[in-house]
Formats: sequence, C-alpha cells, structure tokens
Amino acid sequence: MPTQSSFHITQEFVTNIVAKALRAGASDAEAAFAEGDEFETLVRLGQVEQLKEAGSRGLGLRVFQGQRTASTSTSDLTAEGVEQLVSGAMALVQVTSEDPFAGLPERGEFGMLSGDLDLYYEDVYSLPAVERIEYARRTEAAAMAADARIQNSGGGSFDAATGRKILANSRGFVGEVRRSSCSISAQPIAQSPDGGMQRDYWYSSQRSLALLDSPESVGLEAARRTVRKLGARKVPTQRVPLVFAPEVATSILGAILGAINGNAVYRSSSFLAGKLGEAVAGSNLTMIDDGTTPGGFGSAPFDGEGLPTRRKVVLDRGVLTSYLLNTYTARKLGLQSTGNAARGLAGAPGISSGNFYLEPGIKTPEEILAEIPNGLYVTDLIGHGVNIVTGDYSHGASGLWIENGELAYPVEEITVAGNLKEMLHNVSSVGNDLIFRSAVACPTICIEGMTIAGE
Amino acid sequence: MQSASPDTRKFFYEHLGLNEQLLEQCLAAALSAGGDYADLYFEYITASSLMVDESLVKSASQGISAGCGLRVVSGERTGYAYTDDLSPERLLRAAHTAALIASGPSKQQVQGFRESPSAGLYAVAGTGTDAETAAKLALIQRADRAARAYDARIVQVQASFADELRRILVAGSDGSFATDTQPLARLNVSVIAKEGENIARGSSGGGGRVLLDFFLTDKTPEYFAIEAARQAVLQLGAVPAPAGEMPVVLGPGWPGVLLHEAVGHGLEADFNRKKTSAFAGLIGQMVASPKVTVVDNGTMPNRRGSLNVDDEGSPTQETVLIENGVLKGYMSDKLSARLMGIADTGNGRRESYQHIPMPRMTNTYMLAGEDDPQDIIRSVQRGLYAVNFGGGQVDITNGKFVFSASEAYLIEDGKITAPVKNATLIGNGPESLKYVSMVGNDLQLDEGVGTCGKAGQSVPVGVGMPTIKLDKMTVGGTGN
Repeated sequence: MPTQSSFHITQEFVTNIVAKALRAGASDAEAAFAEGDEFETLVRLGQVEQLKEAGSRGLGLRVFQGQRTASTSTSDLTAEGVEQLVSGAMALVQVTSEDPFAGLPERGEFGMLSGDLDLYYEDVYSLPAVERIEYARRTEAAAMAADARIQNSGGGSFDAATGRKILANSRGFVGEVRRSSCSISAQPIAQSPDGGMQRDYWYSSQRSLALLDSPESVGLEAARRTVRKLGARKVPTQRVPLVFAPEVATSILGAILGAINGNAVYRSSSFLAGKLGEAVAGSNLTMIDDGTTPGGFGSAPFDGEGLPTRRKVVLDRGVLTSYLLNTYTARKLGLQSTGNAARGLAGAPGISSGNFYLEPGIKTPEEILAEIPNGLYVTDLIGHGVNIVTGDYSHGASGLWIENGELAYPVEEITVAGNLKEMLHNVSSVGNDLIFRSAVACPTICIEGMTIAGE
Repeated sequence: MQSASPDTRKFFYEHLGLNEQLLEQCLAAALSAGGDYADLYFEYITASSLMVDESLVKSASQGISAGCGLRVVSGERTGYAYTDDLSPERLLRAAHTAALIASGPSKQQVQGFRESPSAGLYAVAGTGTDAETAAKLALIQRADRAARAYDARIVQVQASFADELRRILVAGSDGSFATDTQPLARLNVSVIAKEGENIARGSSGGGGRVLLDFFLTDKTPEYFAIEAARQAVLQLGAVPAPAGEMPVVLGPGWPGVLLHEAVGHGLEADFNRKKTSAFAGLIGQMVASPKVTVVDNGTMPNRRGSLNVDDEGSPTQETVLIENGVLKGYMSDKLSARLMGIADTGNGRRESYQHIPMPRMTNTYMLAGEDDPQDIIRSVQRGLYAVNFGGGQVDITNGKFVFSASEAYLIEDGKITAPVKNATLIGNGPESLKYVSMVGNDLQLDEGVGTCGKAGQSVPVGVGMPTIKLDKMTVGGTGN
C-alpha cells in the first residue's frame, strides 16, 4: 500500500468542523474531506523510467452567513490548520454579497443511493511493484512487437489510485464514498521510410484490476492505431460526410455537456440556454445522464452537495428535456437540482455529469462507413475550438479518407468545422458500438454538412 | 535587487520545522539504494480568489497547500514519492520509497549545500490582510462597472481576481540549494453581449508576478474590462471564417502562442532525448525563415513565466532556440542535460510537489524584425488577420499544431475588413515558420494569462511576438 495518512479521518472529524463553523457564527456550513493514494509506473523501451508512489489529503469548508457565502481549503489537518480553515472562512464571508439564491439544499432533498455502487476494489493495489512493472512492460512490448515500423515509444504504463471522500453539512447530511481505478496504456511511435513519425495511444481503464483488458490486447490496438497513420497527407478544402470514431465523438458530447451546464445556461452563455422543450437535435438522438450505474466512472451515491444522484434523459429524440444543475443554478433557473453538483475541496460547487452517453443505434461502424462514397473517418481531434455560446465548432483533425465505403488512406493537417446547432440536426447515422471507457461515451456517428479545410 | 531567499528559508525552517540536518538525512535515505542523484522539493502555497458575477460578490475563497516531493534518479530512471505530512518520519519514509528506483549499495555522498543567489525578478508583499482583500474586491467591482458601461448590449459580466504566493525550497544531493517566494496574480473579465437572438462572448485578463499596485497603475481593471466588452460586441457582427490555405497575418503579443505550439514544445529536451519530437536531430538546420529568431527567457522581471530559480533550484536564463532560422538549442532540465551532455537551461518545472519536474517553457517569444506592421497588412491581397487566440495544442511527434483564433478579420486588398467567427488554424511545426516572410518591428509580450499543459501538468508561461506574416497556413472556418 502507498504511504498511509498519519491518522484516520472519520465522519465525526468532518461533522466537528461543521459544528466549529456554526459556533464561529455561520448560519450554515458544509465540510468536505478528500484523500487519495496513487501509484504510477512508466516503462520505456523495456526499461523502468518512472515509479511514483504517494498520498495526499485535504479539507474544504463552505460557510454561509444568511445569504452570504465563502469557502476555504487546506492540506493542514492539525488542530491549528482546522482553526485557520474556520476563521479564514468566517473572515472571508464578510466581504461577499447577499445573494438570494445562495444556500445549502433544502432538508428534504438530501440522500444517497444504497450500496457501494461497485466503485471500490482493493485489487488495484494487489500487485507487488515487480508485477506492476511487468504489466507496463508487457503493454509496451506488445505494441513494439506488432510492426517493424515501430522502433520507438513514449512508453507503457500501469497506474492505480484510490480515493476516499467525506461530505457533511449543518442540515444533517453526512456521506462517505470510496473509489478505485487502475489503467494500462501504450504509446508507440512508428516511422515511415521517408522519416515521418506518428504516435498514437491506447489504454484500458477500470475500477478493478480484474476487469482490465490484457496488456497484449492494449498494446496491439495501440500499434494498429499508430501504424495506420503513417504516410498521412493533406486533402483539399471541401464538404463531405464526417464519420466520428467513438473516441472523438465523445468530445462532441463533452461540448454538449458544456452547453447544458447550469452555470452556462443561467448566464445565457450557451447555445442551448432557453431551449428546454425544443427540438435542438434530430429525432435520432437521445442523450442520457446517469450517475447511478454500478461501477460507472461517473457514478456516485450522492452528489457534491449531498443529493442522491439520478438518471435523467437530457435529449429525448432530439428534444431538450433537462439541463445539468446543482442547487444554485437550479434556483437561478426556477428548476430543481438534478443531483449534478461537483465538489472539489476549494471554492463553490460546480457541475459535473454522471455517466453521460448517446443512446446507440443499430448500425455497425462498418455499415456506417459502407454507405459513404467519399468522406472522412475522423480518429483524432486537437485544439480547443468549441464556442459554447454560439455553437461554433472548429478543430484540428486527422483520420482516414473513406472511398467507396472503405478506409483508403490516412489524412492529417486539416480542420473540421461547423456549428453544433446544425451538427446536432445533421447526424445521419448512429452506431451500435457504445462502450464506456470513461464517464462520457458515444458510439460512432456520421455528421453531414461540415467543412474540411485543407489544401 | 532583493533577497527574498533568506526569509523563505527561515519560513520553511521555523514554520514547517525543517533544518539542514533533516534535509541531509532525507537525501542520504533517498540515495541509500544506490541512486545517482536525489532532490527534495518543498512547497507551501497560499491562494485566494474573489469573483464578482451579476454585480454581486458571489464567491470568495482561500486555500493553503503544502507538501514535499522526493526524487531519486538512477541512470534514466526516476523514483518519486510525495507527502503532505512534513514530519521527519513521513519525509524519511517517502525518501526510502523513492530510493527503491535504484538497487544496490549507496554510492553517492550528499554534498554540502551551496545556496543559489536570487535574481530578484519580482517583489513580494504580505498576504491575506483584510485591507488587501478589500482592495482586490474594489478592482473587480471597477471591472464590472466598466464592462457594463461600455455598451448596453453587455448583459453578463464576471470579473475575478486570483492570486497565490508560492514558497519553494529545493535541496539536491549535489549540494544545490535554493529557495524562492513567487507571487502570481491575475485579473480576469469575461462578458456576454446580446443583440436580439445574437449572442457572443468576450474575455480579457492579465497580470504576472506582480503586486496589487500593478492593477492600479500599469494595467487597470478598466483596461481589461473594456477589452473584453469590445471583443464581445465585435463578435456580434462576425461573419463565418474562411476555409483553406491562405496568407495569415498574426498580430503582436498573445498570438505568440503560435511559437509555443509550433516550435516550443518540440524543442523541450526530453522529447529530443527520446527522439519522439519532429525536431529531433535538426540542430544546426534551417527550421524557419532567416527572419525568425526565437528565445525562451525566464529572467524577465514580473512576467508570468519568469522564475528566479526553476523547480530544481537552477537559475533561469535566456536561451536562444532558433537564430535567423537555424535551430540552435533545446530547453533542458537536470536529467536531460546530464543524459544528453548539454547545458541545464533552468527549464526544469513542475505543477506542484505532487509532480515530477520536466523541461518546460518560461516566456517564449520571437525577436522584433524591421517591417512596419501597416506594410505587412498592405502586402496581403486576401487573407486572415488574427490578433487574439484561445488555446493551442501540438502533437510533438508529427509536428502538427493548432491554435484557435478568438478575434480575427478578413484582409481584402491590403485592408482589414469584416471580423470573422472563431476558427482553428493548423500547421506543421518544422515547416510553418519557413513561410514567415515579414516580421514587424512591434514585439509585444502577452498580458500574462498563459497556462501550459504537458503530461497532465499545468504551469504558468508567457509568450510574445511582433506582427508577422505567414505566406500560407490552413484556416479552419466554414466560409468560402
């Protein structure tokens, strides 16, 4: 096990901080504790390059005085550190404004899902150091053995982490959750005879060691993704159908998440603000946010304010049916929290999704490609080219050109651009290949009408 | 010049219970399994932030974070452990954990500490007084008023002030010893403009390793607020950006993010040591037009990317990366310097004590040329003039990089015409700077907003550039 903390922090320790804040004059208070341990193992060209092993923990406090609020955080868990945490928050709350929408959730709203949701598995730390190194080494070795054009590598890795969080407030809520995760990855580098280099990456990430894909399968997939990029060329500027592979289609869902985030919605800084009940997408699109799935990367028994997580349909056959809200943004919009509050240690609660996904369709990715006489299969996107306010979308891209329904040759140094408002109406196919590799997941999709900029 | 260092050392010794003997013990423990080199990195950060949103002071927060990272290097291998419990037992345990990267008998002795002098690039003031909080609040309330007063179409304003004071102490088994106290402040304004159904955003901000008076005299809240509001109102009338290859003129200052992405990351020593960079093996070769000279300079007073010493305790410096188009050198940390037999350029940086240091940029910019910026624009028949950017990204292996224009205009017949919507520009690092045909005489550094990400670690950086013309670049719009 990694370095353990000096003394065990209990729920009582955290509720005591809430009590101290009330004694110091707060009308309401909420305290959060988080601790985490991590192992990182990086092997490069068969040799150990980095080993990292550590743990850390911290406290966060949010206080209210009437309609004013302020927050503090610290990594100092001594009595003196806790005193500073409380006195600092009480001093800071004096400078903030009365905000009629500020405050903890109402008493009746708190709660949590029963059971542990399969979020924590001790087996992520079950391997001795030598075997962790072996997992990383095997993953890289499989990638390097797959093709003679792979002679260099960014490395193979095995990482594991666990975390524990406690949340308590002055309205009687106290909850605790533990999580674990582990992952392996390989990043091979391939070189073509002309000297041009390409890299790609593949990984498997799970809450339990037992669920990881084999190092060999991860390495092979990393190699396949890398080698197929060799000899990539630019293509002329044009409009053709774009097929987004699941990894990049997921980033489009990420943009949607930004646009349904209550903070953007109440400020009208989202192209989806004010659109509840409207058809903002084609009727072939249904999107769901579900924080209750056992073992999910986005699952939790309660949200960052102590409300139970839940499943909600965000987009119902193209009609916008829900935003993602915490208590503050719900009050601003005259709605109910959707149990999507996110709580770090510092600052006010934000908003995060549970497990957010596009419901799969019936076509296989191959069937989607087969329908396209001339188009682009997008495998990589780079840059930060989404404007949530206007929906404008423009990203650097690379991928494979589609000719007569088949992948013909690699393409790079181009951009793909459109506007999310139109892109959501122009999804012509949705694949059946929905796989959760992280908290956000999307099957293969085809979008018409976007512009490729190239030569 | 000022000597913050003795005070910083005193802070760690008195406030956190460190002493020279404990540091030496930890280093000896770290080398006990035969490592070549070990270092300890102590960090103590106090941070605060204030935000005015909808003209209310909606949030105020402050935080304290402290910890130590212990590193052991053995050949190309690095063992790392960190702890936020700075008791001698915990530090020694972490040292023994990191030591296990090596296997064998101890072979290196811990050298006596020699403290690096401080370059005194930034002044340090006390933190956290109520008066100071009130003064920061006054700044962002002024920003809120100025943005709203700029135009009736400004409907939302968020103004924030965030600052931190980062104290570090680095001690290495080679006798290197350095302390530094690093202030960092930033004022930010973001606004939404609305006209009928048409909505646009604008944002602006800046700061650096500066004290509060910087925002009263050098760059006022009104300066940033008006800039954010101007951008948002401008975007209300934007037309679709063009698509395809065309001449691109980049304005001075923040568009220097081009250099950061196109050549900066590719010239970090670790990528070149591992030959994973598109620039590997190109030292001495032409990688840009002869008009292009690019440097990385960590020694500029008060700049966001500047440091008296890097996060390995090495003094920062000015490093020439590209001189008259020829690739001259890489940015290095201790590890790559030793393994490659090159100089440590003082670019070893890390996000926090929880992170392993690696070569990172500081302030990266292109030196001024001789062209009049007006002549540069007049020379373009049809192209894009981009003056403000969001973030960028690069694939250092194939060299492809992007950066996203947030304020850009069409150039038609040598004149700046319609503003265009957000668009991503894409190019190839080792090629794109060869198309630089004109370099302006108007070098500017950015306002102090850059944050660079690499391998999951974020560090503050600066960029800069004069107005330049690239004869061709691909612009990722949707228009014709």
